[in-house]
Amino acid sequence: MTDLLTITDLDVEFPTRRGTVLAARKVSLSVAPGEVLGLVGESGAGKSTIGNAIINLLERPGRVAGGQILFEGQDLRALDEDQMRKVRGARIGMIFQDPQTSLNPLLTIGAQLVETIQKATDFKGNAATDHAVGLLEAVGISEARARLKSYPHQFSGGMRQRVVIALALAGDPDLVIADEPTTALDVSIQAQILDLLKKLCRERDLGVIIVTHDIGVIANIADRVAVMYRGEVVETGAVAQVLGAPRHDYTKSLIAAVPRADTRLHRFTSVDYIEGGAAQASRIDIKSHWLGQGRKADPDRAAMIEINGLDLSFVLQGAILRKNRKMVHAVDNVSLTVQRGETLGLVGESGSGKSTVARLIAGLFTPDAGTIRVAGQDVTTRPDAPEAKRARRMVQMIFQDPYSSLNARMSVRDIVAEPIRFYRTTGSESETRKIVGDLLDHVGLGAQAAERYPHEFSGGQRQRISIARALASRPEILICDEPTSALDVSVQATILNLLKDLQEELGLTMLFITHDLPVIRQMADRIAVMRHGAICEVADTDHLFADPQHAYSKHLLGLMPRMEMLTPVQTPDPSNVPA
Amino acid sequence: MTDFSDPRPSRWQRLTDNDIFWSFIHSPGAMIAAAVTLLCILACFAAPLIAPFNPFDPAQISLWDGKLPPAWVDGGQPQYWLGTDNQGRDMLSTILYGGRLSILVGLAAVCLGMVLGVSLGVISGYVGGATDAIIMRIADVQLTIPGILLAILINGIGRAILPLEMREDFAIYVVIIAIGLTDWPQFARVARGATLVEANKEYVQAARVIGLPGWLIMLRHIFPNTLRPVLVIATIGLALAIIAEATLSFLGQGIPPTTPSLGTLIRVGNEYLFSGLWWITFFPALTLVVLVFSVNLLGDWMRDALNPKLR
Repeated sequence: MTDLLTITDLDVEFPTRRGTVLAARKVSLSVAPGEVLGLVGESGAGKSTIGNAIINLLERPGRVAGGQILFEGQDLRALDEDQMRKVRGARIGMIFQDPQTSLNPLLTIGAQLVETIQKATDFKGNAATDHAVGLLEAVGISEARARLKSYPHQFSGGMRQRVVIALALAGDPDLVIADEPTTALDVSIQAQILDLLKKLCRERDLGVIIVTHDIGVIANIADRVAVMYRGEVVETGAVAQVLGAPRHDYTKSLIAAVPRADTRLHRFTSVDYIEGGAAQASRIDIKSHWLGQGRKADPDRAAMIEINGLDLSFVLQGAILRKNRKMVHAVDNVSLTVQRGETLGLVGESGSGKSTVARLIAGLFTPDAGTIRVAGQDVTTRPDAPEAKRARRMVQMIFQDPYSSLNARMSVRDIVAEPIRFYRTTGSESETRKIVGDLLDHVGLGAQAAERYPHEFSGGQRQRISIARALASRPEILICDEPTSALDVSVQATILNLLKDLQEELGLTMLFITHDLPVIRQMADRIAVMRHGAICEVADTDHLFADPQHAYSKHLLGLMPRMEMLTPVQTPDPSNVPA
Repeated sequence: MTDFSDPRPSRWQRLTDNDIFWSFIHSPGAMIAAAVTLLCILACFAAPLIAPFNPFDPAQISLWDGKLPPAWVDGGQPQYWLGTDNQGRDMLSTILYGGRLSILVGLAAVCLGMVLGVSLGVISGYVGGATDAIIMRIADVQLTIPGILLAILINGIGRAILPLEMREDFAIYVVIIAIGLTDWPQFARVARGATLVEANKEYVQAARVIGLPGWLIMLRHIFPNTLRPVLVIATIGLALAIIAEATLSFLGQGIPPTTPSLGTLIRVGNEYLFSGLWWITFFPALTLVVLVFSVNLLGDWMRDALNPKLR
């Protein structure tokens, strides 16, 4: 057998108060030298568990319950902790997700590298230092000898991850396990780190296991891929085959759910294999239902949001004298118009001010200068006037973090009913309850969910509750602030589908904020690109993706992961049901 | 995936099937502390039923029986288990009645401090700006003065403004107000800190986008989510309030000696301590120590159980 690592029928279990959870079930994998194996799956699929089980670093009380882990013919399960420590570091290197926390901030890079080298190899003294310099050069850090004296905080995030890779290579290992090595990094740096890993793998004949949730990462780096679903490996094969012609239904669903940057689909297809996707949203007759009544805006008005010359600065460092204060210009002379029924996408990197614009429109911040008009009504000049408040009620917002956007101490019914009860938009409490049930049905949760509390729901389900709460105000404008960036890709597809359906049905005007270009391609009619608080370019979506005008738009589009090898959209074969 | 088909859990299941209950039954220290606290509170509140004598009934008090040692010491009498005090009152009965008063005063004072402190703290944290600065600076100034001195001051002012004939009757309420006004800054600080965290969360922003007024957001959304840390310091605050009452009474500033509380008993006993009558001060002091210690243990456990980061 030529394989470096062979795992056969591995079971990992976590005993909990509520019984034993099988985090990995009959998992079999193998890695050959000079090969990159991608381990892909959504949260809770057990992919990190496999990585940790190999090096015996399972979080307590998890334990390996069965199966075999053979590393160069040696059974890793038979080793005691002392022998295992020698394997870790010297023979198997680890790269973790967050380069901020995997380096000791109080020691220089050199001290950490030399210490690891001396522990893991026979190099001592100056030889160890020379070896460290060689490693830093190998991971692409220039002037390596001088940088040995630097502390971790003197490196950027991408450079720090290079140092972490150098540390993983310190013992000259045969196998490297990288657990989400680029998730904490910007897109442009992600590409460099992946190239580096691939190059090292080829040069040193390393076996690499890369654990990730990101299909784009797999497409860019892996030779072979194993797809995990609920603790089981459902499909293994060469990358081009698995991504281009997936055999298992789950893989098909997963790949269909990845947003494409190349074309705009009407809806994401075949996402029903996944959590929450099976729930069928019930249709409501909008003309007769409560949800379709009580429109506040003039139906002939075209421009729903008009913002003009908007300015907002935050105080970074307070001082009594105005000239001594340190300010940051979060929003700088922004003007935008959103037409009735359209979706305007607002894209930009973190810190570009896109969320601040959303919060200004929603009334959570007050601008320093400029005006906001909602359906023609000025809401900034006299924000407490009754007309301004009435106009604000047309605007609702969906937030990014499904775990903090619901009050944990209120039942789902009380959360959704809050605006109905506060504004008394129904005749009676029994009618309120019925409407809350209808809304929950409508977002695909089912009316029974009303009795429960937010902690009983998953992230995607919570986002549905947030949407139901927003609908309970009968909004005409919906601001979505990164509504899916905390969700798995398949759940993201179902939520995006739901938003599209609601917009079509209710004629909602949407402002969709995201950093994710493929997502915005699927959602927006027009796109505004933001940078440093200002708008660079506003263009039709197809136009922007085909022919960006502004230099920054071109730069952003150039960073998108390449996904050419993904299969064209197709429906799964119902006869191929998983065992 | 959540399964909605199962019947809703009953209230009892919901109570027992949560992490805090689980942590409680898996920590022997907390269970013993809770048992001792509960025993003390039950015994004190059942005093009229279980105490062998009524210390408020002059017919049962005889100066001839004064200063008797506990029953197992030479010269002790079997009907007075823990002996008698200088006025001939049975020590056990007096401790039970006195403990009841001490616990009541402590609870009332903590409630007062909690209501005041949490309201001011939540307002301070949510409104911010000048309101925040003024409230928190007042709290800071108050924290620089030793609590017991402040309680003596408030207590003195309270007594001075009451008419002479009402002083005896209202002494207890004055003590409650004095202690309650002394410990509000602790509650205000904790509530303000929790409010600052909660007010930035997206559910509060969602409530603002709906258009709910500030008072409703504070009452319905923020206040219930600040309760956990507040409950922890309330337990420790209860122990401190019981001690504060005992201290005030010991200094002769609190409850009049005719109405026994743990503090007045310790003070009276202290005068006789060096004439060898140790039991008058020892047993009330022991009760105080056991009660305060177990309440504090309970507070410590609660702090750990409610803070997932410490687990």
